[in-house]
Amino acid sequence: METTVVGKGLPKFDAYTKAKGNIAYADDFSLPGMLYAKVLRSKYPAAKIISINTARAELLPGVHTVMTSKDVPHNNLRAKFGQSTDIGPNFEGLYRVLAEEKVRFLGEAIALVAADSEKIAEEALTLIDVIYEQLPGVFDPIEALKPDAYLVGDNDTNLVSQFKIRQGDVATAFESADVIVENTYRVPFKDHAFLEPEAGVAWVDENGIITIRVCTQVIEHFRTVAEVLGIPHNHVRVIGTWVGGGFGGKEDISVESFLALLAWKTKQPVKLTYTREESFLAHSKRHPFVMKYKTGATKDGMLVALEAELIADAGAYTYLSPWVLLYATVNAAGPYNIPHVKVDTVAVLTNNPFSSAYRGFGAVQPNFAYESQMDELARILDLDPLTIRLKNCLRQGDTLTTGADFGGSVAVQEVAEKAWQALGPKRADPGKHIKLGRGLAVGMMSYGRLTFLHDTSRSYIKLELDGSVLMRSGIPDLGAGQAQALVQIAAEELGVPLEKIKIFTSDTSLTPLAGTSTATRQLYMSGNATLKAAREVKERLIDKASVMLNADKTDLKFVNEKILRISEPDKYLALSAVIGQCSTDGDELYSEAQFNAPFTEVPVSDVITGQTFADFTFGAYAVEVAVDEETGAVNVERAVTCYDVGKAINPLNVEGQLEGGGVDSIGYALTENFEVEQGYLKSHSLAEYLLPTALDVPDIETILVESGAGIGPYGAKGIGEPACNAMAPAIINAIRDAVGVRITSLPATSEKVLFAMLSQN
Amino acid sequence: MEKRLIKVTINGKLRELFVKSNDLLLNVLRNDLNLMGTKYGCGIGECGACTVLLDGQTVLACLILAVTVDGQEITTIEGMGDPVQLHPLQESFIEHGAVQCGFCTPGMLLAGEALLKENPNPSEEEIREYLRGNLCRCTGYAAIVKAIKSEAKSQSADPGTLSE
Ligand code: FES
Ligand code: FES
Repeated sequence: METTVVGKGLPKFDAYTKAKGNIAYADDFSLPGMLYAKVLRSKYPAAKIISINTARAELLPGVHTVMTSKDVPHNNLRAKFGQSTDIGPNFEGLYRVLAEEKVRFLGEAIALVAADSEKIAEEALTLIDVIYEQLPGVFDPIEALKPDAYLVGDNDTNLVSQFKIRQGDVATAFESADVIVENTYRVPFKDHAFLEPEAGVAWVDENGIITIRVCTQVIEHFRTVAEVLGIPHNHVRVIGTWVGGGFGGKEDISVESFLALLAWKTKQPVKLTYTREESFLAHSKRHPFVMKYKTGATKDGMLVALEAELIADAGAYTYLSPWVLLYATVNAAGPYNIPHVKVDTVAVLTNNPFSSAYRGFGAVQPNFAYESQMDELARILDLDPLTIRLKNCLRQGDTLTTGADFGGSVAVQEVAEKAWQALGPKRADPGKHIKLGRGLAVGMMSYGRLTFLHDTSRSYIKLELDGSVLMRSGIPDLGAGQAQALVQIAAEELGVPLEKIKIFTSDTSLTPLAGTSTATRQLYMSGNATLKAAREVKERLIDKASVMLNADKTDLKFVNEKILRISEPDKYLALSAVIGQCSTDGDELYSEAQFNAPFTEVPVSDVITGQTFADFTFGAYAVEVAVDEETGAVNVERAVTCYDVGKAINPLNVEGQLEGGGVDSIGYALTENFEVEQGYLKSHSLAEYLLPTALDVPDIETILVESGAGIGPYGAKGIGEPACNAMAPAIINAIRDAVGVRITSLPATSEKVLFAMLSQN
Repeated sequence: MEKRLIKVTINGKLRELFVKSNDLLLNVLRNDLNLMGTKYGCGIGECGACTVLLDGQTVLACLILAVTVDGQEITTIEGMGDPVQLHPLQESFIEHGAVQCGFCTPGMLLAGEALLKENPNPSEEEIREYLRGNLCRCTGYAAIVKAIKSEAKSQSADPGTLSE
């Protein structure tokens, strides 16, 4: 299908305001008479709270209120993430607003203060007397699974969830394998480190509505806030700001309930902004995993069996752990055809920071493991990395290990070939101590939520009398061009220039709910909803124009604010003229459309079968690294990525997702280690937790494949999260190629690589 | 605490300000002057989100006491280009997709501007070196580096700036 606006790498409209420094992010907004909030956080990872005495804090001049768990009407709820369907207790954990009786992790919120200034609020925190009795705690998920382990929560087990995949008979299959590779892989906590720390302002409006202006990926938390306070859902309004980066870290509720409680109690506006250190303490991390893999192949390189055991550290509260674990389970075998597969996964509570969503959501951890395994097999069998993947990769018509069919295109072969070939001929090692190496990895990940969440999105389009267009969508924009994509879709369908379209976003009371900006779902879901709304409006205009022009409906086309006859292009009407006629005749000049994803039922058994996702995105990374044999330092010299994005609605933004996702995973591979020792954080700042800087990374070369076979608008697939796949294993495989050592735990710091080289010699 | 009078030129306008001796420039810009384009990302000099220009050089507003800038000139993102017209480097950032969430953008733009003043035709390596104190979690830096590089090219193609 030919498009004129869709498919163009146009600058996004919000970039202009952002480049001027004019966007009011969550912390940039204030109200007269506003109070400042601070949160008292636990000093210990595991302790009993014997008593909390707030009397001294309350007496401090300038303090308006101090609140603890006893002041929270409903302190214990089931955590929700915007889903509007009941998915049962197996997929939802406890959400506790403030700690009561026992603290489960370092930094858990215990009390809230609102005061005239941040300084006073901070001083008040020091006057709250908490008497703790330290408890032993448990900090290793394997320990936490033992029968006599310390219990993190209130249940009689630390087990959060477990899933299985059963396909064929691995035991017999391994007997027939010519080669077997077995390894245990480890990945650490990873922090999102979005540049904008959590922030928000809440107030009670003139109608008594609790209004919270906050940076979040999920404005649907308004429901949880209402339930915390015990008031009707329509008494809470969340206004989502432009977000200064999310990556999954702003998917769980953050400051919303704290702000709502304080504004509700004081009846004054309240602001709460986290410091960077508090942000590190307060939000989730990417799950650490221990992954035991056993992969068997014939001597000509055909995979026969894969057995995997994955243990995820859920940290102190459940949050999204069951969902993340399910993603890991379904993705554990990777985009390969393997006749016999056995996967066992568990997520376990510990007294570590809680783990939840992180861009890549359970798909990236096993990706590191299965792609390392493929590389080792190739080496043993003397195959090159591309050949072994082409022999085994999924193709059109193949099924997933759960037995589900892949709907759209399965372009593993194409992306792997293109990325690998783009590296070109090998270069000679540059210097004595510097060794070059190359690595390849492929990956798969779903876009759109788990299908048993019964996901929906709504979008609204209205034509103004002058031919301009107004859109409303609940979509939170995290910077990936979420809102821009919707505007481009409307412009495409209605033949209206981009400048004539204005979109209002992210307000639970005023914009139709579009669902969460998570799970790489917005282009797919809200893009489809917008397309539907635009086409409904268009249909009405066509009806009218066909009468006005006395033309057949199929003979009409929208171009440049005109509706013209395809057969006689000089016969046309100005769009505004048709709108005017519709308005005169009382026709509806707006549409609010809803798009529903495919629905499946909540799994009832641990053994996962059938469809769990609507579709997948496949991609590859090929990299060249330079390893310094004297220091172990690894530098990524070149990185090429190729993804099948279905259709690039805005290629500039798609490339931005690939470049950003790729660099995020360079950090995962080489430097980012959110170290936690016995529940205490070792990384408190961005000087200790090392994100890649501009100097640490190469220019990422992006190759887009457009199969047109996605289930998003115009055949688009989602790219935001899948973009994090494949980079880390490609780097690790390249290190193996350069200096002969297999790194099995991330990150591959220079010390680790050096030590591996020394112990090998 | 006692307040002191300082005179600072901010975005071309001379301002007289009363500040406490421990007031950070970042807080004075944001809270007293309502210049919200300068961002807080860490408060301890590790992210670059608060980058501003002090007499044309990049500094981190979260590490500088306001009293120490007495008599000097400060440029924040609000002073880049003029209120209606974008600065060419801002245009270049927008066109190259160098702005995602936008939180690092003010600091990146000011750093880019300072670099191009110092070195009108930097190599990719020099750009990356210069930006190493400015973190971006969204873009992977590629588009930012390209935006600066392309602006450098168009400046050096312009004979007016070559003669400097
Ligand atoms: S806020 Fe100043 S460097 Fe981060
Ligand atoms: S654009 Fe988000 S941090 Fe740079």
